[in-house]
Amino acid sequence: MRLIMNRAFIIFSTLAAIVGLLFLGWILFTLFSKGLQGLSFDVFRKDLIEGGLRNVIVGQIMMSGIATFIGIPIGILAGIYLQEYGGNSRSTEFLRDLSDVMMSAPSIVVGTFVYAIVVVPTGHTSGWAGVLALFILMVPIIVRTTDDMLKLVPIELREAGIAIGASKYHVTMNIVVRYAKAGILTGILLAFARVVGETAPLIYTSGSSEFWSTDLTGTFPSLTVSIYNLATMPDDKMVQLGWTGAFLLTTMVLIINLLGRYASNKKRSK
Amino acid sequence: MKNMMEVKDLTFTYSGASEPSLKSISLPVEKNKVTALIGPSGCGKSTLLRGMNRIHDLYPGHRYEGAINLLNPDEKGYTNILDIKKEAELIRLRQRVGMIFQKPTPFPMTIFENIAYGLRLSGVKKRADLQEVVERSLRDAALWEEAKDRLDHDARGLSGGQQQRLCIARAIALKPEVILFDEPTSALDPISTLAIEEMISVLREQYSICIVTHNMQQAARISDYTGFMYLGEMIEYDQTDTIFMKPSQKQTEDYISGRFG
Repeated sequence: MRLIMNRAFIIFSTLAAIVGLLFLGWILFTLFSKGLQGLSFDVFRKDLIEGGLRNVIVGQIMMSGIATFIGIPIGILAGIYLQEYGGNSRSTEFLRDLSDVMMSAPSIVVGTFVYAIVVVPTGHTSGWAGVLALFILMVPIIVRTTDDMLKLVPIELREAGIAIGASKYHVTMNIVVRYAKAGILTGILLAFARVVGETAPLIYTSGSSEFWSTDLTGTFPSLTVSIYNLATMPDDKMVQLGWTGAFLLTTMVLIINLLGRYASNKKRSK
Repeated sequence: MKNMMEVKDLTFTYSGASEPSLKSISLPVEKNKVTALIGPSGCGKSTLLRGMNRIHDLYPGHRYEGAINLLNPDEKGYTNILDIKKEAELIRLRQRVGMIFQKPTPFPMTIFENIAYGLRLSGVKKRADLQEVVERSLRDAALWEEAKDRLDHDARGLSGGQQQRLCIARAIALKPEVILFDEPTSALDPISTLAIEEMISVLREQYSICIVTHNMQQAARISDYTGFMYLGEMIEYDQTDTIFMKPSQKQTEDYISGRFG
């Protein structure tokens, strides 16, 4: 009986894995075959209005990049506070729980929120509104990964730092954070990968534009929103461009994720 | 012989505990001698040691009563380290009273930086000065020959025994007056243990040493004085030979002869 259970369990879990991988492979295959068809240099050279994706790719990376740039110091400092200075007080636990809730907040809710507080008062969509939405989405991720990574630093290391006459500040910055560096970097990469592929928080906030723009105060080109728009257009050429965009986006996210994995594996092998 | 440190009637209570973990402990640490603390697990020997550089202060809420006196640098009179309030003075205290832990604790830096770190914090900036102290400390810790060609490698690439010697080099780079060892060899193999024990007997010429060990043979091999602790009390303190040959307390004799603990 035990042997049968054992075998059945192996068969079921293998089947489940195959089903999961099958869909993943199917998605990737569809993306590659449809996306690659439309891939040409023009995609990177021309803006959306001329049938390329240059402006929306740049726009997407700019918005995610700025959100990450602002989010990194705030998220890391908040994570350091939670783990190193917050102790076990109730407010620390509350902040930690709050970050967890924020991490799983539906992104469309964040988009609607920013729409209400920025887009409605200013009267138009803008790059900054998009940046704000992405920022709100990613900070909790950075906070919690920093918090978790610092938790893994052995307590003895902190004591040893104190024991050679380092202040709490020096121990935290020079020893604890440095020890957890690879993990924190992974967290940042994963947070970036998460927001770079977001559509929902951008639809109402940055909108998207067919023209080249680096002016974040106005409606801003977005790759994900453009994919959404292109996919629903009646023109086959436009739909094809949407597939190409989806393919490029997936490739980008995949590479960032792999980089994140690589960084965390490198840390573990030490 | 002068006492480098004197623990006097020290009672220590951890945060949230109703009973003190150390009950009215007294212990001298003589200059240029090795003082060993032995006793069964939970007897308070590590707690006592961790009071001697106030590392307990990392965690708020504990309570000290009594005194821990440290000989002033001019050797005239003592300062009670429990009176220290300012963080800057606590930092200075920890530079004077170094500590080696049970598990080796290399910092996530190069071998060179591990040793230079404490010096940099205490204000040494010149590269040449740092290099000189790093080399001397590594030589004193018997690690120079093994490490000299890879000073710029990550210290975590060293073996466990080498890492522990690195930690000793890091502590002596600051020229402390006292070095506290908290079971420094319990995570090491016999050969590395021997290397550390030999080093301690050399370091004694320049430093005053207090070592916690749960290995009685180790205490007998390397210490001049031994304190036997049990349930938070100092049962007996005497010359190591006396403690091991003819202890005056029944409990000490029972522990030494392996009847409990």
